[in-house]
Amino acid sequence: MTEIGLGHYLTLGAVIFSIGIIGIFLNRKNIIVILMSIELILLAVNINLVAFSIFLGDLTGQVFTLFILTVAAAEAAIGLAIIVVYYRNSGTIRVEEIDKLKG
Amino acid sequence: MIGAEFLGMIMLIVYVGAVAVLFLFVVMMLNVAQQKNQWFASQESSSHIPVGLIISTIIFFELIIVIGGWKYKPDLFDLNNSVNNFSVSNTHSLGQVLYTDYIHVFQLSGMILLVAMIGAIVLTFRKRTGVKTQSYVKQISRERSEGVQVLDVETNKGVKIDD
Repeated sequence: MTEIGLGHYLTLGAVIFSIGIIGIFLNRKNIIVILMSIELILLAVNINLVAFSIFLGDLTGQVFTLFILTVAAAEAAIGLAIIVVYYRNSGTIRVEEIDKLKG
Repeated sequence: MIGAEFLGMIMLIVYVGAVAVLFLFVVMMLNVAQQKNQWFASQESSSHIPVGLIISTIIFFELIIVIGGWKYKPDLFDLNNSVNNFSVSNTHSLGQVLYTDYIHVFQLSGMILLVAMIGAIVLTFRKRTGVKTQSYVKQISRERSEGVQVLDVETNKGVKIDD
């Protein structure tokens, strides 16, 4: 039984980041799942920041984690509001049907 | 909990209480359950599945190689042990830094939340037509002469109210 070190936290962050990337690439159907994947990527960044902040004894990382959390929450709210408006206007949120801006 | 109790709790509250519930409500509202079997990539668009898998495996192993090849300073882990010996708690020290050195960034994040709230409300607001609503201005500005009518009722005749 080894003690949990910095490498373990960074590995967890890398795993979550990769899951987010896989989610964005693999899922080309539902835009809500893409938003969730972006949240996962931000969460991985947060884990890295907290781990380095603890192991380096510097509180700045935790402060910036708070701000990233704020921005992530705001981004989720705005993104979901945009999705709701788009669904109301066009009746679909499937990614390949969102091509109104295509010339 | 490696000494970041405050952020752990905040993350739990924000993600479970706010973000997950927000996603749940939007999924409920948009009624995407009908397209259940179309959620994930179907046959005609399966060409980018291997691309995505390859790219994410490359990124994952790059990160693992970077983490594995990292040379830590030997006193890094002494710092880790000294975290628990601090007299002030994590929340206390975070507040001491957040409200002094980072006060402007803190207020800016408050502004971001306010703008996000206003933006979400403005985006999803719509004025409904054909719905009976309460007009409080009309209610307040009602006079006695509009509501009460004093009649001189004759005996055995009664009074006709609604016409």
